[in-house]
Amino acid sequence: MSTSDSNASQGSIQSTEALQAEAASRSRILEWIMTVDHKRLGIMYILAGLVFFVVAGIMAALIRIQLAVPHNHFLGPEVFNRMFTMHGTSMVFLFGMPTIAGLANYLIPLMVGTRDMAFPRLNAFGFWIFLFGGCLLFYSYLGAPGIYGSGSAPDVGWFAYAPLTSKVFSRGHTVDYWALSILLTGIGSLATAVNIIATVFCLRCKGMTLFRLPLFVWMVLVTAFLMVLALPPLSAAQIMLLLDRFLGAGFFDTQTGGSAVIWQHFFWIFGHPEVYILILPGFAVVSEIIPVFSRKPIFGYPVMVAASIMITFISLGVWAHHMFTIGMTSVGNVFFATSTLLIAIPTGIKIFNWLGTMWGGSLRFEPPMLFCMGFLFQFLAAGLTGVMLAIVPFDWQLSDSYFVVAHFHYVLVGGLLFTVFAAVYYWYPKVTGRMLGGRIGKWHFWLLVVGFNLTFGVQHFLGLLGMPRRIYTYEAGRGWELWNMISTIGVVFQAAAILLFVYNLVHSWYRGKQAGPDPWDAWTLEWATSSPPPSYNFRQLPEVGSRRPLWDLKHPDDPDWYHEE
Amino acid sequence: MTESSPTTRTATEWKLPPIPKVGVLCLIAMESSLFVIFVVAYLYYIGKSLNGPLPRDVLTAPILASICLLSSSGTIVLAEHAFKANEMGRFRFFWGITWLLGAVFLVLTGVEWKHLIDEGLLISTNLFGSTYYPLVGLHASHVVVGLFLLGAVFLFSATRRLDKRHLMSVEVISWYWHFVDAVWVVVFTTVYILGVY
Amino acid sequence: MAGIFLILASVSLGAEDRIHKVQNVFDPHSTPAHGILGIAWIVLAICALIFVVVGSLLVYAIWRFREKRGDQGTEPPQVYGSNQIEMAWTVIPLLIVLVLILVTARTTIEIDEPAFPADALQIQVVGHQWWWEVVYPEQGFITANEIHIPVSSEDDPRPAIIQLASADVAHSFWVPQLGGKRDLLPNHPNRMWIEPEQTGVYWGNCAEFCGTQHANMLIRVVVDTPEEFEAWVLNQQRPPREDPAVAGGRHIFETMTCINCHAVGEKGAQNGFGPDLTHLMTRGTIGAGVGETSRDDLYQWLKDPDSMKPGCYMPDMKLSERQLNKLTDYLTTLK
Repeated sequence: MSTSDSNASQGSIQSTEALQAEAASRSRILEWIMTVDHKRLGIMYILAGLVFFVVAGIMAALIRIQLAVPHNHFLGPEVFNRMFTMHGTSMVFLFGMPTIAGLANYLIPLMVGTRDMAFPRLNAFGFWIFLFGGCLLFYSYLGAPGIYGSGSAPDVGWFAYAPLTSKVFSRGHTVDYWALSILLTGIGSLATAVNIIATVFCLRCKGMTLFRLPLFVWMVLVTAFLMVLALPPLSAAQIMLLLDRFLGAGFFDTQTGGSAVIWQHFFWIFGHPEVYILILPGFAVVSEIIPVFSRKPIFGYPVMVAASIMITFISLGVWAHHMFTIGMTSVGNVFFATSTLLIAIPTGIKIFNWLGTMWGGSLRFEPPMLFCMGFLFQFLAAGLTGVMLAIVPFDWQLSDSYFVVAHFHYVLVGGLLFTVFAAVYYWYPKVTGRMLGGRIGKWHFWLLVVGFNLTFGVQHFLGLLGMPRRIYTYEAGRGWELWNMISTIGVVFQAAAILLFVYNLVHSWYRGKQAGPDPWDAWTLEWATSSPPPSYNFRQLPEVGSRRPLWDLKHPDDPDWYHEE
Repeated sequence: MTESSPTTRTATEWKLPPIPKVGVLCLIAMESSLFVIFVVAYLYYIGKSLNGPLPRDVLTAPILASICLLSSSGTIVLAEHAFKANEMGRFRFFWGITWLLGAVFLVLTGVEWKHLIDEGLLISTNLFGSTYYPLVGLHASHVVVGLFLLGAVFLFSATRRLDKRHLMSVEVISWYWHFVDAVWVVVFTTVYILGVY
Repeated sequence: MAGIFLILASVSLGAEDRIHKVQNVFDPHSTPAHGILGIAWIVLAICALIFVVVGSLLVYAIWRFREKRGDQGTEPPQVYGSNQIEMAWTVIPLLIVLVLILVTARTTIEIDEPAFPADALQIQVVGHQWWWEVVYPEQGFITANEIHIPVSSEDDPRPAIIQLASADVAHSFWVPQLGGKRDLLPNHPNRMWIEPEQTGVYWGNCAEFCGTQHANMLIRVVVDTPEEFEAWVLNQQRPPREDPAVAGGRHIFETMTCINCHAVGEKGAQNGFGPDLTHLMTRGTIGAGVGETSRDDLYQWLKDPDSMKPGCYMPDMKLSERQLNKLTDYLTTLK
């Protein structure tokens, strides 16, 4: 028996009677709690991510209210410092990572034409340990009294620089909650990464060579490789930090000869790949949606694959561009500036290829495509401010200022968040069988564009005017008042946009137009089954001959395999 | 249109890698990445302890323990050969020896740690202690996990539940065991060769 | 773009003012800051050009290729790629990146490794939570939070080399108009330099999150004329004033644990947990910027430091009103 057969036999179809009997014997809730089905776990990941997103978003709104005017008394320094730490930590680990895990888990088996992920039980384990870690992080608000007696929510910034995190300078348990929660969520992410790699390599349907994978799958695959290599360094550093705090080790204890700088190295060896882990799935989404809504195949598929692989490799070698101000040698500084500038090239190539896909097409601006357009402009800006930050001397001004805050929010909100919304509008019909409201979607989009650019666009100026990050208040007369006020006003638009989105999700669940299996006239395998798909995904596992199997079916006179290299 | 789809033109046998092997390779990659950081920390702090005891004062190269562990990679290969030849008795013999060699390694590590603690080296004593115990301990913990895996397989075999259907499981566990040995080579070199000052 | 002009406009408004509260990166007043702005303009120009070109192509594509009425039911020509186009938009960015790498290398070395004259002013700054210890080793005195530097001119450059260290956690020294920032890290000494060309007071901030009052770890760099600087140095070198009228206050200072953290002249904690107070009244602020060296602010600070800088490490000594008045009187004599 060939190995592929033994892989596929893991997904044999149960008879309808057996399925019904099984369903009758459990309550709905228990079913969801005990599920190992990739689609249900995918939905749970995304819903959990959405909840944390809203909570972390409220924190951001509170931060902006405090900073709207100088010497504001809305939040004191302790509360403010917890707020920005929790906002950053939650957005990265409790919104970004699970949303990626959710999209990947839901879509990959469907896109490669198989019945489930390679390790369904590991999948469930990964979800629940992530959720536990997230709850542990928020439990810190109630947990043991911190130095200020108001709970122990982390207050050291999401990258927790040493030696501020040592027992001496963080006497309560804020740092311990941070380290332990993220250790746990990290295990969950690694579980997802292994699952993605094994599924893509081992469970593809007949005919789906690696070069016929949808680009979504390619980009999530390289993301998974990055996770496997880059998440363990964070865990290592956190273990070392906990050893310092609990057993008196000296990894980052500068009083006993330890080094604060080495924490930064270890953290950013994780941290820089982490931001590529966050954005590559955004690229993945956009690479699926733009072709469908341009009515053309992706321009330069092999180059897109090559660019993704290059980004993966180079991103492992740029980390110290977060450390240009620590006093590295000029050789060190220039090395990391070089690698950082080089990574701009494959990234730029992708933007050009998306443009090339649109060129000569017939563009339909439904919400998924609108969000992709927003992404293109905003990510272009983000990439360019990234280039500015790579220029070491300029970074000596811009680092640790609001310019950096603006840059990474352009990447993660203007980039990633917009692609997440694009993905939701695009695949919600597949998941639920109903379309999301298109008119509300357009309002959602435009309100978000206005609000997002108001809030974060002007923050570039704040950085150029000398405003550092992570300050809970500022003096009048520094030239910062106007831009801070505008930045805060943008929050109103963004909040309205998110409210509309949540309303859209809920309302469409009950009243949305029926979607059918393929509402967008798309070309990848997930659209070849019903909406929502049955638990076994496909009655019969498909066979493919090109990158766009449904195009081939719909255009038997001009199938893709005539044209693909 | 008479041209057949490329599906039928691709090889009639659709061969994909086996899931367990890909899974354990991912695990090995992850754990390697984890170990790299502890090794880097160890190397970085060589010579930087502010007080003793220093490695040259208290460390003796654990030759016997290393021989045990590294030869267990040899015995596990012999066990695998026996398994493939369906000689379950021989398989259990060599698999059992492998387990014992791993267990002896752990015991000898424990003895070494007791000696170091008696000499006044704790994790909190200096940078040498801070980096030594976590690195060697992390490796030892991986040996412990390995012993659980080896032990489970041995028990299944002893209760005659193991047969040639389970070849893949036996293979991937032995890959894990080889990984643990390879890590020991790196740790040994780092601590007992490069780090003796 | 509009914002940049607005920023530049705000520069001209402050040009007459000797107090430089607005720290505009586009308005450098010191040699390294000029060097940085030079390369910044190059990068900004290149990035602006790329944004305009690519952005325009995007806008054009969105407009030109939007779905038209007749498109229903047909598909546009299916184009899969083009090797020449891929080559072009790989090579051009590569060339741009090459230029940027070379320019970056040159400017980085220029700014970070210049040749200093042997008599350059040496200053040591030690970061504390949440104040700056400032030492003039060659002149032989210690002060806090405020740095004085003589102004430079083309024929008389007076660079100041600042050694950076930390007594506790990571901090960063940033006064944009005078130079880029550099971190203060425990166990990792750093060095930066500035060469201001205009007199005035420059405001700066700690730029590395260092705990509760990171926001209020403010910097003042006072650029003096050479004569003003000499006079200031001489004053700092003098022993503390011993005014008999405030002997009561001085007694409180020396017996109520103040000297455990603070130094006044030879008495008290040298390089202590708290700032040196010998010439406190020559500084413009207290608490690293949260208050002025006025009698009222000093009184309030002594009465309840947390009310001005919540979470700071100066404890409330629970002094009586009488003690507070005497202590304030004493401190106001430390000129």
